[in-house]
Amino acid sequence: MYHRYDALVIGAGGAGLMAAAQLAGKCKSAVISKLYPPRSHTGAAQGGIAAALGNVEEDHWVWHMFDTVKGGDYLVDQDAAEVLAREAIDAVIEMEHMGLPFNRTPEGKIDQRRFGGHTRNFGEEPVRRACYSADRTGHMILYTLYQTCIKHEVEFYDEFHLLDLIMTDDGVCNGVVALEVLTGEIHVFHAKAVILATGGFGRAFQITSNAMAATGDAMSIAFRRGLPLQDMEFYQFHPTGIYKKGILLTEGARGEGGILRNVEGERFMERYTPTLKDLAPRDIVSRYIWQEIREGRGAGPNKDYVTLDLTHLPPGALEAKLPDITDFVETYLGIDPHVEPIPIQPTAHYAMGGLPTDVDARVTIDEQNTVLPGLYAAGEVACVSVHGANRLGTNSLVDLVVFGRRAGRHALQYIAENDLEPLPPEPEFRGRAEVANILERTKGENVADIRQTLQFEMMDKASVFRTGEHLLEVQQTVRELKDRYHHIAITDKGDVFNMDLLEALELGYLLDCAEALVAGAVTRKESRGAHMREDFPDRDDTNWLKHTLAYRTSGGLQMRYKPVVLTRFEPKERKY
Amino acid sequence: MQVSVKVLRFNPETDSKPHYETYTVEQEPSDRVLDALNTIKWHIDGTLTYRRSCAHGVCGSDAMRINGRNRLACKLLIKDVGSTITVEPIMGFEVIKDLVVDMEPFFDSYKKIKPFLINDDAPPVGSERYQSAEDRARFDDTTKCILCACCTTSCPIVWTNQGYVGPATIVQAHRFIYDSRDQGADQRLNILNDRNGVWRCRTIFNCTDACPRGIKVTQAIEQVKRTLLTGE
Repeated sequence: MYHRYDALVIGAGGAGLMAAAQLAGKCKSAVISKLYPPRSHTGAAQGGIAAALGNVEEDHWVWHMFDTVKGGDYLVDQDAAEVLAREAIDAVIEMEHMGLPFNRTPEGKIDQRRFGGHTRNFGEEPVRRACYSADRTGHMILYTLYQTCIKHEVEFYDEFHLLDLIMTDDGVCNGVVALEVLTGEIHVFHAKAVILATGGFGRAFQITSNAMAATGDAMSIAFRRGLPLQDMEFYQFHPTGIYKKGILLTEGARGEGGILRNVEGERFMERYTPTLKDLAPRDIVSRYIWQEIREGRGAGPNKDYVTLDLTHLPPGALEAKLPDITDFVETYLGIDPHVEPIPIQPTAHYAMGGLPTDVDARVTIDEQNTVLPGLYAAGEVACVSVHGANRLGTNSLVDLVVFGRRAGRHALQYIAENDLEPLPPEPEFRGRAEVANILERTKGENVADIRQTLQFEMMDKASVFRTGEHLLEVQQTVRELKDRYHHIAITDKGDVFNMDLLEALELGYLLDCAEALVAGAVTRKESRGAHMREDFPDRDDTNWLKHTLAYRTSGGLQMRYKPVVLTRFEPKERKY
Repeated sequence: MQVSVKVLRFNPETDSKPHYETYTVEQEPSDRVLDALNTIKWHIDGTLTYRRSCAHGVCGSDAMRINGRNRLACKLLIKDVGSTITVEPIMGFEVIKDLVVDMEPFFDSYKKIKPFLINDDAPPVGSERYQSAEDRARFDDTTKCILCACCTTSCPIVWTNQGYVGPATIVQAHRFIYDSRDQGADQRLNILNDRNGVWRCRTIFNCTDACPRGIKVTQAIEQVKRTLLTGE
């Protein structure tokens, strides 16, 4: 079926819905999403959204900008970080006006709490910057934005799975191809502007906080189309995932006073980061958790976890401020966090890398930031880059709303100034062929086996600690898995709600994201932020203060490099 | 441990009516029911179909009837349900395939209640609207709703009365009716004062028992009824 729009949004999480809210009523637009919007992974975000409102203590956007730049180990593009920190304030207030039910101060203002790496006066001590709604801030943001879209009668194509981007010969994006999950029908959406907001790819790892839907769809599809992926080697492990399951326990728990302890009961972060202690940025905390475990100070029969201690929090704190994680701990571990410390381990959480964009969320394709007309990306799928080598807690939600909003606003301008380019011949050909190829084969490799090997190997060799040797091994594994992927066969051959087919497509995306991640990690011979190379343990600004751009070419993967935008802050040694 | 999972299957492209199939899988006691379904799908029968995403009870995708009760498959552990598990689609909506039901009527009902902030006054410039912690607390419970439909599809009134708005819609209305910043309470109360509104509720409490978020659904419905009667 053929559809024609001015603008399309792909993905219905925070970034997509914020973009859609800008477009609503101002042009013919629609949101295409493989999930019903309230199922999107933004809803799993817990702790808060940073904005220097200064509601409970002095704060300034420039402090927020500095923390973001330093937190990202100076790989952050500072023009973008300035936009993020400045516009966070207005974006949070806009969402409150939309109805977002934040927790309140005694005067009735938006309440704020501490979070990792957010400090007063350029690093002096933790500052209360995270606006929050108990420990379901992401849920509230997702629902508020969805409600706003309903109010403005945004058109939704729920449970439509993205298959391909449509590009003209002149390199303009003018639509997408999508599979209607209910019927198996392939649809062509023709539009002047496409905003990608499909999120991350945490499911490339064995232990992850990410939803099963987080499979890097648009990153991979754009990559196959020859577009670069930027800084993919930087993948964040959140320090506090529930042991073995990886379910997120918010950093807000430490913001409220929670403490990490090793088997001896020692508050070990005090040794490593004496100023911020347990509230150091995530890359650092995750690294030291693993270090404690590797040095034999882990807890449990296998000495393979540490604990998050909330037992000393004031009475009522868990109920009022951390009710959801209390419920998760009770449900999945059978533990009452009021009286017992919680077994935790770092969990794959967030891709700092993604599709390179400028500050208007326009996708760029090279070292000169040449814009690809008609294509936008915002949220985790994108790399603006505001997170650099390591994202600060709460900044993902800021990123969503600030750059989702910018994407929508700029797209409005773009569609007013440009005509709809005609479709290329057979625009759905590639998507249709990919689906047909998977459905045709009757005997072959099992999708789940390939996925489980990928997840295990990525966790083992490309997670918190990396070495050149291990990375080359996992690179070879990913290559082999990609070969096997070309021979997969699935059981379900039907048209209606073919989840077997969707999982097969998603595995293909995960393999592409993993390939780009590992290629970046092999290439970058330094340690910076979340990318810790044991064979190159120091940051190397002389050679590596630059972004990587991974391209798929006919001759294999090619790495290119792009300078980092420095404005206010000179790179310095990162201490907390 | 060995677990026997009996699933009500239906493939619209090949079956004329639903049938049960039983699978035996090896799971850890601490695994979720969703993990058992995944084991079946990934290693025994790839055609088994269900919705799922977050796998920890916040996205609302995997509501199903597990041993006769509406639960999220990702929020129920094997050890809490035992080694014999029967899984069926939630009731009251048309089955599309296996455990996937048509959610469109559910979302249509939800949208009818105007689930968004209604306030025609210009908001303050450069600042949030103020709200006291007490006013914020009035609707806290119903902000937890994840639209999973566990409540609505556990309600016998919904099963027999397609017109009834159902508990989830009332929960979503409650979230705005008692928000001090909202001015649309009359519009929503007017919709809920209909014979297919709150008055269809017979306080059976199935919804409250089914809610995976622990929302006091029946209490919220009763509060709306009281407001309709007393104006408070």
